[in-house]
Amino acid sequence: MKILGLLGRWFLNSLRDGGRMVIFLSSAVIWMFLSPLKWRRMIARIHFIGAKSLLVIVLTGGFTGMVLALQVFYTLRKFGSEAFLGPAVALSLVRELGPVLCALMVTGRAGSALTAEIGIMRITEQIDALQAMALEPMRYLIVPTILAGLIAFPLLTAIFDLVGIYGGYLVGVQLLGVGEGTYFGQMETYVGLRDITQGILKSLSFGLLMTWVCCYKGFHAGYGAEGVSRATTEAVVLSSVLILVWDYFLGSVLLVI
Amino acid sequence: MVEIRNLHKSFEGQQVLRGVNLQVTRGEILVIIGRSGEGKSVLLKHLMGLLKPDEGQILIDGVEITRLRGREFDQLRQRFGVVFQGGALFDSLTAFENVAFPLREKTRLPEEAIRERVLTLLKQVGLSDMGHKYPAEVSGGMRKRVALARALTMEPQIVLFDEPTTGLDPIMVNAIHRLILDLHRRVGFTAVLVSHEIPEIFGIADRVAMLHQGVVVEAGPPEAIQFSTNPVVRQFITGDPEGPIQPD
Repeated sequence: MKILGLLGRWFLNSLRDGGRMVIFLSSAVIWMFLSPLKWRRMIARIHFIGAKSLLVIVLTGGFTGMVLALQVFYTLRKFGSEAFLGPAVALSLVRELGPVLCALMVTGRAGSALTAEIGIMRITEQIDALQAMALEPMRYLIVPTILAGLIAFPLLTAIFDLVGIYGGYLVGVQLLGVGEGTYFGQMETYVGLRDITQGILKSLSFGLLMTWVCCYKGFHAGYGAEGVSRATTEAVVLSSVLILVWDYFLGSVLLVI
Repeated sequence: MVEIRNLHKSFEGQQVLRGVNLQVTRGEILVIIGRSGEGKSVLLKHLMGLLKPDEGQILIDGVEITRLRGREFDQLRQRFGVVFQGGALFDSLTAFENVAFPLREKTRLPEEAIRERVLTLLKQVGLSDMGHKYPAEVSGGMRKRVALARALTMEPQIVLFDEPTTGLDPIMVNAIHRLILDLHRRVGFTAVLVSHEIPEIFGIADRVAMLHQGVVVEAGPPEAIQFSTNPVVRQFITGDPEGPIQPD
């Protein structure tokens, strides 16, 4: 009976939190259209989420492509199909690994910092100060961040894919001896615009997910250093889990349509 | 000017305000005293519109503010200046930019006029040459003074101070009090100040109200509070651990 009670409480709390998150996002969307955009803040956020994540994206993208080429090459060789290394690497990156790994890396690097920053603003009453000045925090803090996520994620994913394909080229062509023409030629044949669009759609949705969750958690951070620390952990864990879960469902839908 | 009627507020079942009644007259400095956790800051947040009461009314010049929404409420908020406990300065902006922030966001003043106004305010709070510093680079006392300058930027009619001297040394406490008094005389705003600084606040207050167990137990001129016969007020002012107020 006690376990049932605990389960019920957990379910109701989750439902309440989910509802609050949806209201938070709806409010942000309304503010996007209600008032002029704070361009400077949005550009600063793009710089923070995008430009400052470049190094980590180039590194992870490059090594993902390299390890992918290595593993796929030996698998394809068993079937005498090494010629398909290029499309295999490119399709895996463009459709799946690029958007997902890029989103997870950016969540770890920028998402945690976003939550901590907004959380500290909350506990030091900076958000209250904005409201006391009759300035809407949604407009100043949340809308520019969500829009920056929507812009930065597809760009970062494109860079991740590009560097990954080049990493695959280094291993496949330069190290394992696949012909350069074969690597890129087959890629041109098998990778279509539809695959790229799918990847972009995924990265857009991940950008929204990450900024939404991280902003919400920061905005509702509890008291003191512990509250901010908890909010940051929850933001990174929830964003990462939601990215993977959403990836599966979106991926399934995109494959069917 | 401000009238608080029967204000009630609870958080997750815990009753914090249990029917606060209080009036603030135009141009006066009202100091609210009381133990930590008695709801003084909660009361201020109701005046700022950051919290909505469970029951009761707040009237400003006869207008009920707890029901105001949107633009009407924003217009009312512009009559307020707020000095938060820790200053609540924006970390990413310099002292100058913090003070200029409300002007840049809420007015269409040319940059030169903004600059002039901000420099005047920084001079008034004794920080003429500190405008380029970030909040993290200045002392606690300086942060409070920048916060005070920012609160006065929009020439508010009512300034709310949430423990403006907490964490400062006694000399700085008196310096901040003197600054508030000086600016009050020059600018002529109405001030509601939450403070623990006893007996220092008796030197700046026109009236003092004591909040205890969610209600105002006594309000009056500083002399009346200082020599109050109410045992709760007496114990709080003398700091006696024995009496009707039990230490936690």
